[in-house]
Amino acid sequence: MHRRTFSRKTLGIPYAIFLLLFVAMPLLVLVYYAFTNGQGEFTVMNLVGFFTNPNTLGTLFYSFGVAIVTTVVCLLLAYPTAYILAISKWKSKTVILLLFVMPMWINFSLRITALKEILTFIEGNLAYHPFLNTVIGMTYDFLPFMILPIYTTISRLDGSLLEAARDLGAGEMQAFLRVTLPLSVPGIISGVSMVFLPAMTNYVVLDMLYNSTYIMGSLIGSYFSAYNWHGGSMIALVLLAIICLFTLLGGGQEDENARGGSLL
Amino acid sequence: MENTKNIIELKHITKTYEDGFTAVSDFNLEVKQGEFITFLGPSGCGKTTTLRMIAGFDIPSGGEILLNGKSITELPPNKRPINTVFQRYALFPHMNIFDNIAFGLKQKNTPKSKIVKKVKKALELVDLEGFENRSVSTLSGGQQQRVAIARAVVNEPQILLLDEPLGALDLKMRKEMQLELKAMHRELGITFIYVTHDQEEALTMSDKIVVMSEGKMQQIGTPEDIYNEPINAFVADFIGESNIFNGIVTGKLKARFCGGEFVCVDDMKEGTHITAVVRPEDVQIVAPENGTIRGTVTSVIFKGMHYEITIESGKNEIVAQSVNVAKVGQRVGITVEPDNIHLMITEDHTNFFKVEINKNKELEYNDNVLDVSLTDIIKGSYFDEDGDLVDSNGIEIDTRKIRVTAAIQPRDIRMTDEQEEGLVQGYISNLIYEGDHYSYVIHTDLEHDFVVDDEYLWNMDDQVGLIMPVDKMKFTVKR
Repeated sequence: MHRRTFSRKTLGIPYAIFLLLFVAMPLLVLVYYAFTNGQGEFTVMNLVGFFTNPNTLGTLFYSFGVAIVTTVVCLLLAYPTAYILAISKWKSKTVILLLFVMPMWINFSLRITALKEILTFIEGNLAYHPFLNTVIGMTYDFLPFMILPIYTTISRLDGSLLEAARDLGAGEMQAFLRVTLPLSVPGIISGVSMVFLPAMTNYVVLDMLYNSTYIMGSLIGSYFSAYNWHGGSMIALVLLAIICLFTLLGGGQEDENARGGSLL
Repeated sequence: MENTKNIIELKHITKTYEDGFTAVSDFNLEVKQGEFITFLGPSGCGKTTTLRMIAGFDIPSGGEILLNGKSITELPPNKRPINTVFQRYALFPHMNIFDNIAFGLKQKNTPKSKIVKKVKKALELVDLEGFENRSVSTLSGGQQQRVAIARAVVNEPQILLLDEPLGALDLKMRKEMQLELKAMHRELGITFIYVTHDQEEALTMSDKIVVMSEGKMQQIGTPEDIYNEPINAFVADFIGESNIFNGIVTGKLKARFCGGEFVCVDDMKEGTHITAVVRPEDVQIVAPENGTIRGTVTSVIFKGMHYEITIESGKNEIVAQSVNVAKVGQRVGITVEPDNIHLMITEDHTNFFKVEINKNKELEYNDNVLDVSLTDIIKGSYFDEDGDLVDSNGIEIDTRKIRVTAAIQPRDIRMTDEQEEGLVQGYISNLIYEGDHYSYVIHTDLEHDFVVDDEYLWNMDDQVGLIMPVDKMKFTVKR
């Protein structure tokens, strides 16, 4: 019976090792650094420092601002696009969908460099509109992540539900508001979580757009490049806690199928 | 309490889709107030499309729909006083039962207190009192079905459309719901238009049945009419089980079919081509010497109330129902009471004949291999590496369990004196001059009659071979 010991669980071992080495271990190191000082002694001063330093708090709120505006703009652009694509009967709609997804296949830094050139051409000097540029850059980067889950949710909607709504006396607008919209919420939640959280931390966009402002990601980067491992780790940990909180809030209703992973 | 008012009229309704497919053609129907009418037919016969046009989900490409005498052909579904119970219920998953049922009432801005009262009454009607706050996903299929019915009837529609509403339920549940729906119809007095492919369901529930096939109405009538007096071979075959034979009237109250001459009650002119229908329960099994025709029992299946006995006589197969058991291989005689033979004049003289499948999975008739592959006649099928026939879903088809019927028009068959050139041989047993050509009946060595059109005169009793080009044959497969 020894030969039977190879089970499906065995297949999970490589990933478990990977997880242990590159996720669990660094997290422990992060927690260790966050609660110690330069001499390796336990301290909560890093935590206190985070919430008393106007610089870090300011960056936190600014990051929230960037993430919220980016998410809202993405949603406003993505929902109508996804809706029209999902309900249309065009034979070539997968091609159109591909056009929205295709930029993701192009190297990220190449895309942002191109965007930088365009923005410089329009604005003259990028330094005049740091907030606007950040939002444009992030929207450009994250839009497909909003379109895909919404598109998937709407196109999987049972068409007979809409017919049922019409049959029961709802006009087209009423049917949309009372059936399509509420039923596409899982897709919206999925899209929001895929845009909002990266938008909080992705500082590459800002860096590449020669942006002088800081968001959370760039703040951590600046601490680390100044060899302040303890302060940087605490900021990373606080950010992690906030992200966990958001995921828990949204996760309750999240539909796994809505992620649109199959399309990527 | 005869009501003569037509609530809905369909006039010359046609539906052709963009790809050129005609789902419904020249459909005419009048439905009286309070009737329970059923559209019955196999899948793809246009019954659901017709229902969708009445509901307003599809707009006819031609014709008119009148509701109480006024045209509603182009009216959107939300403006029609008609509600639908959908095949897969289509309950709103994000609302509880109360909100589902109240949906229609809220659209009409009914006051809140009235909504509560009406929803309660609707739930009582479908025996789901107290289910208001339950969510859809906690309900069983049968309960969801009831909610779907409540959601439709709560709006007090003039017509309730039901699109195969019981299709997803198990047999026992379906039988219960059939009776309940019938009772509900009586209680509410609403006109019901019901769609099903289940002939038993149609016969049980309806006041009137519309039998449809290939987008056309085949017959309309009460369940009794349709069962006892089917208008053509399609209806006879679809409603209940039937033995159907092509034949010819051979004399006063006499017809030959299935290799024997039977006495019947329909008085028709000698030489008329007929289709004979005999219900299995009307086939009498007797001693071989007393039978009109003789055959061998090939299968006996116990069905609870009776045995289903299949008898092979020549190339014909006859299905009989009997309370007495028979043995496989037994020689038996068959008789049928004259009034149990239903004869229909065949206007369409298409010859139908059964084709065998040999062990090489080729089609064969009269020991001649036909130049056509099974993959050509079963859409999407192919032979896999092992030589097994596989359908479009990749599931193996057992060639022993399928029956193939070929159809060929009289004008596509040619007679020849060189008998061996023909696919099958026989003698001319009848001929009629039909203005510009002769119509012959050839009685073959396989005890099967073929109708053949030819412009030249041949003599009675001439021995001929029949040349039938395979490309003129149409094949149908029954699994």
